[in-house]
Amino acid sequence: MPRATTRPQPAGREPGAAPAAPLAPTPSQTIGPFFGYALPLPGGGQIAPAGHPDTVTVHGLVRDGTGAPVPDALLEFWQAGPDGSLTGAPGSLRRDPVTGAAIGRNGVDFTGFGRVPTDADGRYVLHTLPATAPAGRPDAAPHLAVCVFARGLLHHLATRVYFPEHATANAADPLLARLPTERARTLLARADGPGRYRFDVQLQQTADGTHEETVFLAFR
Amino acid sequence: MAALHAAAERDRDGGAPAPEHPARNYPPYRSSTSRHPHRPLVEIDHRADPEAVELSGPAFGVTDLTDLDADLTRQHPGEPLGERLTVTGRVLDRGGRPVRGQLVEIWQANASGRYAHRRDQHPAPLDPNFTGAGRCLTDDEGRYAFTTVKPGAYPWRNHDNAWRPAHIHFSLFGTAFTQRLITQMYFPGDPLLPYDPILGSVTDPAARARLVAAYDHQLTCPERSLGYRWDIVLDGPSATWTEEGR
Repeated sequence: MPRATTRPQPAGREPGAAPAAPLAPTPSQTIGPFFGYALPLPGGGQIAPAGHPDTVTVHGLVRDGTGAPVPDALLEFWQAGPDGSLTGAPGSLRRDPVTGAAIGRNGVDFTGFGRVPTDADGRYVLHTLPATAPAGRPDAAPHLAVCVFARGLLHHLATRVYFPEHATANAADPLLARLPTERARTLLARADGPGRYRFDVQLQQTADGTHEETVFLAFR
Repeated sequence: MAALHAAAERDRDGGAPAPEHPARNYPPYRSSTSRHPHRPLVEIDHRADPEAVELSGPAFGVTDLTDLDADLTRQHPGEPLGERLTVTGRVLDRGGRPVRGQLVEIWQANASGRYAHRRDQHPAPLDPNFTGAGRCLTDDEGRYAFTTVKPGAYPWRNHDNAWRPAHIHFSLFGTAFTQRLITQMYFPGDPLLPYDPILGSVTDPAARARLVAAYDHQLTCPERSLGYRWDIVLDGPSATWTEEGR
């Protein structure tokens, strides 16, 4: 009996066969408000191995165009290792095989990946190792890559966090260097204590201009 | 929504390329109004910047999940209520290559249309035997598979008489952070599909159709579950493309 599919399936081809034309992508959809029991994990924002002496804290607020905090956003972070490597390591989400409970990381390995929901005040906190530039790109300034998901965002937003102590590298960074100063500033974390940085995400410029919209990125 | 779809059709007829993703600003979906950037995104050309951090991505492995994560009907002592489903398909990149060993996560409402989330106060019963969250890694052919139950439709307050069609949320990682995707899978023949502004935010009908799974009788297990097939194509450059010179 023939398969009762209702539309052509790209998977009909043999694995690895070259397509005639690029396949059309699956469209993005909002994460919605109710991802909280599925995606976040204990220790999701603890990228630095437990007790690591170099640990830095990056924290901030996600705001919308009315200036209101966004309590149902999820931020993901990805960064190069301390040696500039971009290989990452498994173990960010770790489940207990006995109970199935989410137990977070093993506390020893640096995986390079973090995932944090915002709280009721729109705040997030990340503990990680200082950002580095990828090994193959000595001209880039150290930074974290960020994906922003939220109810109301039909397609996530990508941005970056750069750090103020790398003033020379930041001035030469291929992305920062081509942005006007007031725009580049939105990608720069502000030191607000020893090993502590504030980085806010402004999804949309507020009408009164109080908060400059964060620079968001597209990759082509 | 009808006016925006008609406008999109006129644009396509006029030769404009059909948008593959929803616009971030789609007023019929009310929450998008104050949450979309006004300024254009700043483009990074992956060919000019092949070492960008985003052209690599996090790694996930067997320690990140357990075997039971992919079967949402076996995570509690009892059987969940609802029509049992097998949902499977392949994750491919735009070159048609399977995306292997990558994390796929899903979450969904229970059979009566309620999420196991404190802020979901829709007065439909919670199911003590269903949480609605699952994970798996794609295999060597890029295949994922979940066993679950059919989620129910539920009301939301976006507009008068707003009901979300049944859907399963999917979160996918490719081989690069640029391929990251969060999306929703819908069910064929759902009468609510034309009324939903979240699905409707994808203004090209062909692109909308890519969000609807196909019923597949060969995947249907006798006396057990109904089978749906849904393939996912990840957008965005991956480091592999550059390395292979494609």
